[in-house]
Amino acid sequence: MTPINYYLGLGALLFAIGTVGVLIRRNLIVVFMSIELMLNAVNLTFIALGRAMGSADGQVIVFFVMIVAGVEAAVGLGIILAAFRNRLTVNADEFNLLRW
Amino acid sequence: MPLGIFAFFATLAVISALGVILQRSPVHSLLALIVTLLCVAALMIGLDALAVGLLQAIVYVGAIVVLFLFVIWLLNLERDPEESGRLGIKLLAAVGAAALVGELTAFLTRTHMSQQTVNSDYGSMAQLAGLIFGNYLIAFEVTSLLLLVAVVGVVAVARRWPSPRLANRPPTLSAKPQT
Amino acid sequence: MIVEFPALNLLLLMPAIGVAFNLFFGYRLGRSAVNTVSVGVVAIAFALSVWATVKLATMPPGSCLQAQLGPWIYAGPLRLDVLLRFDALAAVMSLVVSGVGCLIHIYSCGYMGEDPDFARYFAYMNLFTFSMLLLVLAGNLLLMFVGWEGVGLCSYLLIAFWYDNPLFAFNGRKAFVVNRIGDVGFLLGIFVLFSAFASHGLWTLDFAEMRERAGLISPAIATIACLLLFFGATGKSAQIPLYVWLPDAMVGPTPVSALIHAATMVTAGVYVVARLNFLFALSPSTMEAVATIGTVTAFFAATIALAQSDIKRVLAYSTISQIGYMFLGAGVGAFGAAIFHVVTHAFFKALLFLGAGSVIHALGGEQDMNRMGGLRRRMPLTHAAMLAGTLAISAVPGFSGFFSKDEILQAAYTSGHKTLWLIAVVTAGLTGLYMFRLFFLTFYGKPRLSEERFAEVHEPPFVMAMPLVVLAALSVFGGLIGLPEGVLWGNQIGAFLAPITGRVSAAPAQAVMLLSAITSGVTFIGIILALIGYVVIPTLPERLAAWAQGLYRLLWSKYYVDELYDFLITRPVLFLSSAILGRNVDSLAIDAVVDGTGEAVQGGATAVRRVETGNVQHYVLIYLGGVLLIVGYYLLSALRH
Repeated sequence: MTPINYYLGLGALLFAIGTVGVLIRRNLIVVFMSIELMLNAVNLTFIALGRAMGSADGQVIVFFVMIVAGVEAAVGLGIILAAFRNRLTVNADEFNLLRW
Repeated sequence: MPLGIFAFFATLAVISALGVILQRSPVHSLLALIVTLLCVAALMIGLDALAVGLLQAIVYVGAIVVLFLFVIWLLNLERDPEESGRLGIKLLAAVGAAALVGELTAFLTRTHMSQQTVNSDYGSMAQLAGLIFGNYLIAFEVTSLLLLVAVVGVVAVARRWPSPRLANRPPTLSAKPQT
Repeated sequence: MIVEFPALNLLLLMPAIGVAFNLFFGYRLGRSAVNTVSVGVVAIAFALSVWATVKLATMPPGSCLQAQLGPWIYAGPLRLDVLLRFDALAAVMSLVVSGVGCLIHIYSCGYMGEDPDFARYFAYMNLFTFSMLLLVLAGNLLLMFVGWEGVGLCSYLLIAFWYDNPLFAFNGRKAFVVNRIGDVGFLLGIFVLFSAFASHGLWTLDFAEMRERAGLISPAIATIACLLLFFGATGKSAQIPLYVWLPDAMVGPTPVSALIHAATMVTAGVYVVARLNFLFALSPSTMEAVATIGTVTAFFAATIALAQSDIKRVLAYSTISQIGYMFLGAGVGAFGAAIFHVVTHAFFKALLFLGAGSVIHALGGEQDMNRMGGLRRRMPLTHAAMLAGTLAISAVPGFSGFFSKDEILQAAYTSGHKTLWLIAVVTAGLTGLYMFRLFFLTFYGKPRLSEERFAEVHEPPFVMAMPLVVLAALSVFGGLIGLPEGVLWGNQIGAFLAPITGRVSAAPAQAVMLLSAITSGVTFIGIILALIGYVVIPTLPERLAAWAQGLYRLLWSKYYVDELYDFLITRPVLFLSSAILGRNVDSLAIDAVVDGTGEAVQGGATAVRRVETGNVQHYVLIYLGGVLLIVGYYLLSALRH
């Protein structure tokens, strides 16, 4: 049997990779994918901890996270579409109107 | 799940995750993401969460990722230009991510969790449904409202408003800004 | 006996409704609507006052009506309600305020008939009536203070009604500031009373409860509190040392002067002293002070009035003098007589002001008596009304002023204040002199106005004449409510007020007759002097003034009191504030602190705002830093255990 800690460590690693993706990529769509990656890392952590505690509540939360992720993807991609129409780009550096 | 199979899926997940963030082309990134998601789904099933693992494969890979694909196709995105400059943020990102992994690992080395023995129906769809329509009923109903709001919101946001700039110029084919 | 009487709320709120109506709809609905509503609400208030008074009169003596408009301040043991109480004293005052006020409102419809700012004017007038009714009906001292401040505010608003004239605006401010000085004393007096009563467990400042338990507080505390309250009263009621605002208040529209002098404002101080008579009774020295200040003010103001040439100024000083009589009455314990004089004074002073207003109105704003004269032929009605008012204020026997003033003088004599009595009698002579001087200068002798302007002089229209007639009747017959004891039905108003104000023991009948005869004699001497000086030998006053030039100039300049205050108070304060505090403390210390705060914030913001780059990824980086800190914190605390 694989120790739960391994799963948790993998979750941490995937989360960190997702964070780096959000930070270094300029393409908004890829940034979005990185966010999905982070969500998945957290989902894995939930499942692993739920398994460790013998509770199915973690799975329910993952279920809800998936719903929220779907909503987020739909709305986010809608926003990207609208933004692309306005600026003809999906480069994150171009969207900096909300600055000092 | 035996350690060997775990190692296989874990390695594949990490490699494909790196692929997501390092590929030039959004489509390639997306394909790598699919691999990662499937690996995570497999790991979930290995943790006896059969229903959620299958949902992960179906909902994520089948629905959400396809949504991404649609958008990429709609925007006709090609390979991104070479990421240049911004060394500072890249360096900080690397250091920060490493620090995060380090901190979390330091946690894990100090905790020892053993897997509990669980009933045979653990992670089954029946158990999940019992919880969702039991303890979590209100939250579940609220998510339906959330989905409704999202549908309305997306329609409002993504509607094609008359845009004089677009009327004169065809959409370009890359993420590079047109000036 | 205490009876709930909710109509009191309506009585108080009627003028307030008028204020709201005039402010919000006045200009839109036009002059006639404003006139109707403004007069109407005060008339309804008067009708309600009459109703309440009739109801009160049928109840046993000492009872009162009350109504609770709502809770006000509840904090710990402190419980203050908006409680209205209608006892005999409040009945008399609210009848005067709403009745005379109503007549003045009617008169205003004519007097302000040409003014474009009619809605604002009537809103202020109604607010004035409301404030005074609140002051009169208030069941506790703090609620009374609200009305007290309200009349102060309204006097400012109305004196400076024609605010585009800088002098008028200045005089309005002067009235307000002088009143504020008095109000400080009043407020401190409330504080002293509150702490004194609260230490004995009485937290309401309710008049009836304070009256019941007045014995709890020591005479020393009572003296301090009463002196402070009386200081406030000298501000509102224009007594020494705070009388200086009243003569300058004459720049407002003349009906306003009538309202201030007759129905509201200046009587407030007398009312407060009468209302709190149980406290003043604890402190004989304060009573002495009240009586002395009243008498000195009466004399002092009467002498100034002798040498003034502005018709309204003479009336203003006569008011100060008459209020002095009221305080003399209050100071010697004859609170009922003081209130009686408030009532009769309201009648004849309103009449005199409205009559003077008619003259001024007819002469197109002329207030200088040196340019009047001979108006009797052109304005017979006004002349007759003014004659009634002048006879009443001079206390000619049979007219209303005689009965009230005589009662005060007799109380002063029988209570042993012979010196004050003597001064007051001399003042009575002076009153006859200066009032008939005013009367003769205005209506008799040769016209000093140019021919064509004199030909234009006319009687006032009906709306202005009607109040004159009513007030003239009241001035002549109003004294009958307070005849001396033993004559016909006796002193009705005194008996009505007795449960609240107490009664002074009457002098023996022969003494009464003698004292009245002396006072009347002195008054007649003053009137005859005026007749000689201003009708028979018109050159006499000038020769007299030339002979006693110094005295005349002293009187004409009002004893230089304004200049004295200017030199003693205004200039040092201005010097201190502009030359010392303004130039050094304000510009160096305070400005540095204020500007420094602003600059520090601005500088800090300039530095910090660069964090907001608008780039999402920078924000994510900061977020990552936060996550690291939080996880690190938990890691550290886990390592420590």
